[in-house]
Amino acid sequence: MIVVIAEQRDGTLNRATWETIAAAQQLAGVVGTPATVLVPGAGAAAAANELAAADVQGVATLEHTALEPYTPDGFTAALQPALAELQAAYVLLPHTYQTRDFAPKLAARMDRAIITDVTGIKTAGASDPAFVRPMFQGKLTADVVPQGSGPHFVTFQIGAYRADQAKKGGAAAIRALSVTVDASAIREKPEAPFQQAKQAVDLSQAERIVSVGRGIKEEANIGVARRLADALGAEIAASRPICDAGWLPMERQVGSSGQTVAPKLYLALGISGAIQHLVGMKGSSTVVAINKDPDAPIFEIADYGIIGDLFEIVPAMIEALKQ
Amino acid sequence: MKIAVCIKQVPTREWQPRLNDDKTWIREADASFEMNEPDAYALEEALRLKEKHGGEVVVCSAGPSRVAQVIREALARGADRAIHVEDDGLASADGFVTSAALAGAMRDEQFDLVLTGLQSDDQGFAQVGVILAEKLGLPHATIIMEVEVTDASRGLRVKRELEGGWFQWVAMPLPAVLTIQSGINQLRYATLKGIMAAKKKEIRKAAPAAGAAAKQKIVSLYVPEKAKKTQIIGGSPAEAAKELVKKLREEARVIQ
Repeated sequence: MIVVIAEQRDGTLNRATWETIAAAQQLAGVVGTPATVLVPGAGAAAAANELAAADVQGVATLEHTALEPYTPDGFTAALQPALAELQAAYVLLPHTYQTRDFAPKLAARMDRAIITDVTGIKTAGASDPAFVRPMFQGKLTADVVPQGSGPHFVTFQIGAYRADQAKKGGAAAIRALSVTVDASAIREKPEAPFQQAKQAVDLSQAERIVSVGRGIKEEANIGVARRLADALGAEIAASRPICDAGWLPMERQVGSSGQTVAPKLYLALGISGAIQHLVGMKGSSTVVAINKDPDAPIFEIADYGIIGDLFEIVPAMIEALKQ
Repeated sequence: MKIAVCIKQVPTREWQPRLNDDKTWIREADASFEMNEPDAYALEEALRLKEKHGGEVVVCSAGPSRVAQVIREALARGADRAIHVEDDGLASADGFVTSAALAGAMRDEQFDLVLTGLQSDDQGFAQVGVILAEKLGLPHATIIMEVEVTDASRGLRVKRELEGGWFQWVAMPLPAVLTIQSGINQLRYATLKGIMAAKKKEIRKAAPAAGAAAKQKIVSLYVPEKAKKTQIIGGSPAEAAKELVKKLREEARVIQ
């Protein structure tokens, strides 16, 4: 069985779950094994009703006090017997922060392979599929084959598959699993999630964004990017290192730990294009990259690119925009 | 507090990728290396915790002989001593093999706290810290932005980063393993005095424990296929800028 572990909170699904179902359906076609969705946590039944519309063999819910609130100890203890009951050959998850927190632990407890941040599935000769994943900050791509006995764990990069690619079927049967877990073995005591500061800037609504990365070199140079943003009628944003350094506020960060944006124009200045940044902006209609490194991964997804010194190009752009 | 920091040596950001002959790994001879950035933040956090609570910072790295460079750098920044699990095979090891190598050399040290970066800039598994915690039988938390020692080195309260600007505090007993997010602190650099002092600090060498089998195999490594057809605009900066503005106005129609 290919088991997709859904991510949900109080019955509200993380959309990336549907992306992982799309990946599971592709894998099912390659290895000839049906897919099922396992929904852990309180509210699993509500999320399962939504997931039953997917073209999968079944949906299993798993509710247990050990799963609430989320802890890596609780998830590992509860999911291991559930995967055994479902006779998992592959375990597929979206590569979310929660998955990153527990999935390697679960795989290690079961002594099984885990391949993370996967963007595609390839048939490598025999019946063993290879999983495609970025390496070296996206400069290279690897086809990777899991070794040893299954189940093999595979986590999928957010946005690598589209949620609307997931085929819908009739009504998959829903069943409830039950497991026995020693809740006293849970060592982490989480508090309620909170937002650091109310998001004053909603970049997701911006039509145009000028975003700066490490190539801006120093704080004083942010002004150049601001002038370009003004000339374009754009909001200013940044990749993580710029906000870490305090050159722009955290609320202007685009990427997996910041905002997800999809403007008409995304102009990346000196941004190399690490995966964590790309997942936050690859839905933009037109992407422009200005970078001195011709091998920067940002050029992989850019519509227009200029290879050169942004400190020469940006002032020239501001001039050209006046005309 | 006895704190371990696991660091990895990775190719520099400026490195241009070159592949080996069978296209399953990089040509290391061409690469220049540096300390993995999130690990540098983990080291800094460990040094700050030591300054506040006392104790010792031990830097641990699993890799070929070349990783001695980043071990020396960590010692120069203020780590007290080092453990180097040395083996050529560790250069391209997966998360399980790396964790097993580290766990084998670290187990007997009985560390109170183990820190490492949330992922490496080379293979980017985001696994080693979590698997290491499981192998050492310790609780863990990932993507940490703040560390508070709550109870005279018996308990921790840490701030986890969630997605989309959300955070969460998590308490747990010591010993524990934390994976540290970049930007948790401001990095210090080695002073000349630190560099001199590092020369006298102990680096214990260890061999990796036998029997740790790889759980994944790279069958092919290549330059990514382009998802989009990028129009590269050439010419002088002024010409390129003018041409880009024209295209954004007339072709993409995203500006007036």
